[in-house]
Amino acid sequence: MAKQYETVIGLEVHVELATKTKIFCGCSTAFGGAPNTHTCPVCTGMPGSLPVLNRQVLEYAVAVGLATNCDITRYCKFDRKNYFYPDNPQNYQISQLYLPICRNGWVEIETGEGKKRVGIHEIHMEEDAGKLIHDEWEDCSLVDYNRSGVPLIEIVSEPDMRSAEEVIAYLEKLRLLIQYLGASDCKLQEGSMRADVNLSVREMGAERYGTRTEMKNLNSFKAIMRAIEGERARQIDLLEEGEDVIQETRRWDDTKGASYAMRSKEDAQDYRYFPDPDLTPVRISDEWLEGRRAALPEFRTEKMKRYREEYEIPDYDIEIITGSKHLADIFEETVAICKEPKKVSNWLMGETMRLLKEQGREPEDIVFSPGHLAELIAMTDAREINGTVAKEVFEVMFAEDIDPRQYVEEKGLQTVNDAGALQKTLEEVIANNPQSVADYRGGKEKALGFLVGQTMKAMKGKADPGLVNQMLREMLG
Amino acid sequence: MTNIISDETIDYVAILAKLELSEEEKQQAKEDMGKMLDYIDKLNELDTTNVEPMSHVFPAENVFREDVVTNGDMREEMLSGAPGEKDGMFMAPRTFE
Amino acid sequence: MKLTHMTAVELGTAIREKKVTVEEAVQAVFDVIEEKEERLNCYVTLDREGAFRKAKEIQSRIDRGELTGPLAGVPVAIKDNMCTKGMLTTCSSRILRNFVPTYSAEAVLRLEEAGAVILGKTNMDEFAMGSTTETSAFGPTRNPWNEGHVPGGSSGGSAAAVAAEECFLALGSDTGGSIRQPASFCGVVGMKPTYGTVSRYGLIAYGSSLDQIGPICKDVTDCAVLLETIASYDNKDSTSIKRDDLDFTSALTEGVAGMKIGIPRGYFARGIAPDVSKAVLEAADVWKQSGAEVEEFDLSLVEYAIPTYYTIAAAEASSNLERFDGIKYGYRAQDFQGLHDMYKRTRSQGFGEEVKRRIMLGSFVLSSGYYDAYYLKALRVKALIKKAFDEAFARYDLILGPAAPTTAPELGKSLQDPIKMYLSDVYTISVNLAGLPGMTLPCGFDGSGLPIGVQLIGDCFEEKKLIRAAYTYEKARGPLGRCGEVK
Repeated sequence: MAKQYETVIGLEVHVELATKTKIFCGCSTAFGGAPNTHTCPVCTGMPGSLPVLNRQVLEYAVAVGLATNCDITRYCKFDRKNYFYPDNPQNYQISQLYLPICRNGWVEIETGEGKKRVGIHEIHMEEDAGKLIHDEWEDCSLVDYNRSGVPLIEIVSEPDMRSAEEVIAYLEKLRLLIQYLGASDCKLQEGSMRADVNLSVREMGAERYGTRTEMKNLNSFKAIMRAIEGERARQIDLLEEGEDVIQETRRWDDTKGASYAMRSKEDAQDYRYFPDPDLTPVRISDEWLEGRRAALPEFRTEKMKRYREEYEIPDYDIEIITGSKHLADIFEETVAICKEPKKVSNWLMGETMRLLKEQGREPEDIVFSPGHLAELIAMTDAREINGTVAKEVFEVMFAEDIDPRQYVEEKGLQTVNDAGALQKTLEEVIANNPQSVADYRGGKEKALGFLVGQTMKAMKGKADPGLVNQMLREMLG
Repeated sequence: MTNIISDETIDYVAILAKLELSEEEKQQAKEDMGKMLDYIDKLNELDTTNVEPMSHVFPAENVFREDVVTNGDMREEMLSGAPGEKDGMFMAPRTFE
Repeated sequence: MKLTHMTAVELGTAIREKKVTVEEAVQAVFDVIEEKEERLNCYVTLDREGAFRKAKEIQSRIDRGELTGPLAGVPVAIKDNMCTKGMLTTCSSRILRNFVPTYSAEAVLRLEEAGAVILGKTNMDEFAMGSTTETSAFGPTRNPWNEGHVPGGSSGGSAAAVAAEECFLALGSDTGGSIRQPASFCGVVGMKPTYGTVSRYGLIAYGSSLDQIGPICKDVTDCAVLLETIASYDNKDSTSIKRDDLDFTSALTEGVAGMKIGIPRGYFARGIAPDVSKAVLEAADVWKQSGAEVEEFDLSLVEYAIPTYYTIAAAEASSNLERFDGIKYGYRAQDFQGLHDMYKRTRSQGFGEEVKRRIMLGSFVLSSGYYDAYYLKALRVKALIKKAFDEAFARYDLILGPAAPTTAPELGKSLQDPIKMYLSDVYTISVNLAGLPGMTLPCGFDGSGLPIGVQLIGDCFEEKKLIRAAYTYEKARGPLGRCGEVK
């Protein structure tokens, strides 16, 4: 009988923090600037430049630590990790090895197999590297240091996961917690959340862990799942053939569905960590830490409970809405303005979800503002526009957050409540469709629908369909 | 000399330090480093059990800057001394094999 | 009196009193430079045009009453490891031979704000690694007292320039004695302030936890004025310290009555030249006669300072100098095969022998398996050395000793035996390890007419005690005579 293997997985998750400036200098972290336009002597490693820690980075890191049940290190330091690479302008990265800011935490995940805790070994603060672009024409690499010095936290889990499903549940859990904290938008595709997978296999029941590999370059949940399956299979094949797994870093190529070792004889993998003499230690007082704890936001479980108590919306809606901090914020802010939780929820669960799915986007990508959604609901309630127009307007709002009232006015989409004009149109429709009129009078209820449609068309969709229906019945009755 | 530095050690340290040493320089480096380490070994005469390593002399702590953008576009200045430049970026030998 | 014989403060006063124009002062300095520089090689870069342009500008600001400080219009030299915007900054290294910073060191900005005129950048040991200014990629600087000898180092260019009157005052940097030892070899006054007193922003790092910028001057008054000008809390330097006692010139008063000065017995044990020992002990007598209590005591751990220092400084240097890689600025090798070969060739061709030696040592002591045994061990001994000083300063206001065991060695005699050269740093190095302020001032000459310096060491933040004691001594000692005039 074939041997049974267990997969043992630990994750190193890098999260880009949502600060305005870099970790050690006053350069902007804004995405998408022209190359090297967000750089200064500090983040390009100019001689004589010195780092100074961004306070917000510490606050975010501590918040994530508290949210993941970590011990906060009361006296922490930054260390230099020394290695040469062009994206690393000082040829050392400022990180934390000896005294990371958080240790010994856990999060609870839920999969088909039930609930489980995943341990967090540590969380440390560090700086991101620049970006390398390969130039085929010149056969060289070009370096853009805009990302150099962008603050990251690295969340290192214990090797507590046993399947891709658990890994995804863990990542989703982290992502949600961090989004709730506002510490990052955690977008895998854009690289603001990145996961390296440490994986080993061992025979079922074995006590000791097998030799692990580290897998890099995983930019989506799907890639992570495929890489886990691929690496598990590769390691089992090696063991079955009596070969050893080599402890190494491998790069996953998702298009080829395979990984390859990132080895080089020029890499000694000896980072010569030592405390950075240019930075002072951080000491955290009881008062400060209590202040941070008190400032933690309401997390999902509490929020779900409150929604059940405060709003009369279905549990399913609550689950979806609180599944994204951004969505929950939009919901709450809109309800605060228009006081109509059910209607707000309907817009979010219906049209919003439909459009997101169609465009393959995440709730975090939503751009419309709560004020505009509230306005749209108010206009529909006041019958200033009808439902069809409302959906039309919403689509534009979803794309570019237009002011619905201004848009409706500009496009002349208001429902025509002028009884005279409607009366006139109805008379025309009745005159032009004798057959349908006869059918209706003959008992064919369907014919009325056709006449309503004709009227709406003649009114360019701007009539109130309920009113049209009612008046038609009266006129034909 | 009690610290005998092997050829492998010198080669290894040269990789870490990104230095290319000639045969002659390697021999010199072995000798120099051996002598220095012998000398540094003098520190082992001192009992430092329970002594905390001191990286900073003064207990300066909690030095922060606020999260406010203070730098504008300095690209031209940052690139002004680059040995190679293209499209607003630093030019380096290719990093991909 | 010849204009360049004036001290910086005398010149500043003469300028404010309109007895001398800034342009005349700059011209006078350049006349001396023209006469001596070819032989002495104090400077890596001279900015004649910029200095005269600046002289005009500063003169008019003085005339308008905008600049009223003591250094307004005074020509100054900057050690070449401090960034100067738009002016070549090489660290006396081939790897930075074409590096023009786009920013200035904070200390340089302070000087510019005070209206000093920057003449140029002074020669030094490459990346401040050395005690003779012979490791410079641009040739050694010669000692103006005897051109067959070195000026000391690493701030040898600054010390020699002040002694030779090729400037009125200069900035140096001191990681293990690099201000105090050359000042002593060149017969001028030098001071390393308490760590964190002068911002390190823009100072190209050698050993970050030890580096400190300080003044090199003709006398104690100039030294206090220059320190007061450059000392500041700087939020760009995390290790900068907020101090509220930066009025150093207020300590320019005579009187050491009641001051307790300790002389470590071990400082005079072995290896010290008799002339040096004699001159330093005679200086101690001057303080005693001025009313200080002077006595010998045992300062522990003196012999452990050098191995501790070289471990820590080399480790930090190996990391600090990683950024010189041929990608962002500075030198890049011409021919190479791929990225790593470019790194290796650039650095091997760009760095000199002593720098490479320290980078190798530093990389080794931080490497896997040796970190605890060497680097951490050194940090622990550093804590013990600091403690030994704390204990000494519980008993004494100041510690007195030599600045170096000998006077300036002959050119070309020091580099063959690096360890021997390192050993000569014995009196200065522990001051950096403990972050203390230290000051050297001339106290006599050896048999061949080379200057000898006496060093005063204070407790942290006690620069004023140093200045008061030094000022008292200088007045009691009387003039020693200037370079070139002493027989």
